[in-house]
Amino acid sequence: MEGCFVVHLFSIWDREWHIVPRKDANAALLSNFEVFQLLTDLKQQRKESGKSKQSSGQQNLNTIMYETLKYISKTPCRYQSPETVREFLIAMKGHKLTKAEKLQLLNHRPVTAVEIQLMVEESEERLTEEQIESLLQTVASILPGDPEEQQRDSAMETEGRGSQ
Amino acid sequence: MLVTKAAPARLCSLPVSPEAAMFVLVEMTDTVRIPPWQFERKLNESIAEELNKKLANKVVYNVGLCICLYDITKLEDSYIFPGDGASHTKVHFRYVVFHPFLDEILVGEIKSCSQDGVHVSIGFFDDIVIPPESLQQPAKFDEAEQVWVWEYETEEGAHDLYMDIGEEIRFRVVDETFVDTSPTGPSSAEASTSNATEEVQKKEAPYTLVGSISEPGLGLLSWWTNS
Repeated sequence: MEGCFVVHLFSIWDREWHIVPRKDANAALLSNFEVFQLLTDLKQQRKESGKSKQSSGQQNLNTIMYETLKYISKTPCRYQSPETVREFLIAMKGHKLTKAEKLQLLNHRPVTAVEIQLMVEESEERLTEEQIESLLQTVASILPGDPEEQQRDSAMETEGRGSQ
Repeated sequence: MLVTKAAPARLCSLPVSPEAAMFVLVEMTDTVRIPPWQFERKLNESIAEELNKKLANKVVYNVGLCICLYDITKLEDSYIFPGDGASHTKVHFRYVVFHPFLDEILVGEIKSCSQDGVHVSIGFFDDIVIPPESLQQPAKFDEAEQVWVWEYETEEGAHDLYMDIGEEIRFRVVDETFVDTSPTGPSSAEASTSNATEEVQKKEAPYTLVGSISEPGLGLLSWWTNS
């Protein structure tokens, strides 16, 4: 691809919000998932191009890529895909949250009301208990969590129903 | 000369949600020097390598910790100057930068505890501290184990919750500090003193974050999970 070295990641946040290109919007937000994809692709590219092209000056890049990937891989974004992120953003439209708040929900995948209250500013005034519950439902249903945990949870649910 | 166009929105802390996230894209411009022996390589590749060599894993003052190159948006003409066989190209590019916003919630790992507070790390960034006054109160420092302890009160009495090394901790970013660590040159007064003073000089971290866990839901993840 002439003209750019790194594969252009389609920034979902930009498409959602920057309808009119703003000259001074020079900082775009990146979700952990986008950074995860970017670094994974870059790692793949560097592996394919072979070690012979890498000089000693690449050590810093290697270190930061390795550590950042290690950190991000422990967060919920490792189960996400562009489709789930898009679906999530569409579902979030009705909830009147700011960009940064939606980003935090996306990155952290909260499962308790207290986490929602941490991420949404002045949540006591802006969200009722039902709205918080509905947010948690949306997050849990659209954003994939740890598949092992989810299996365990559904197994416990069926057990509970059986004992009634 | 590295020129950054981005002014972090964080500097003016408005109650309205700022244009920031844990990772941001920052537009920058720089002139990249490519030595003649690399002329056979594709220009974009050489430039990308040079930019990453220069910025990856480094802190740019008032911008954040640079992770990796996102893309090159514009390449101006390359020039060769007299006396130097290398080409100089002005490049407009975007870089992925770690720069969490004020009030953002992050999860890290406890690295160590000291009288200054709890030191947290997120792997690729280590300079995060939660000062004693921002811990869940009441808190005390256990000298023997060198850990901070939350003296959680229930009807049965105080429950000691230890903040051990390696535990995962959820905190809120409440402040950030950038220190300009560029060399300032020898000062005339200190030049005459011995090498011992150089070792005494504190190595200041160029970028530090201050966190807080004094809210419900913050602190060790194990304190708040529904078991």
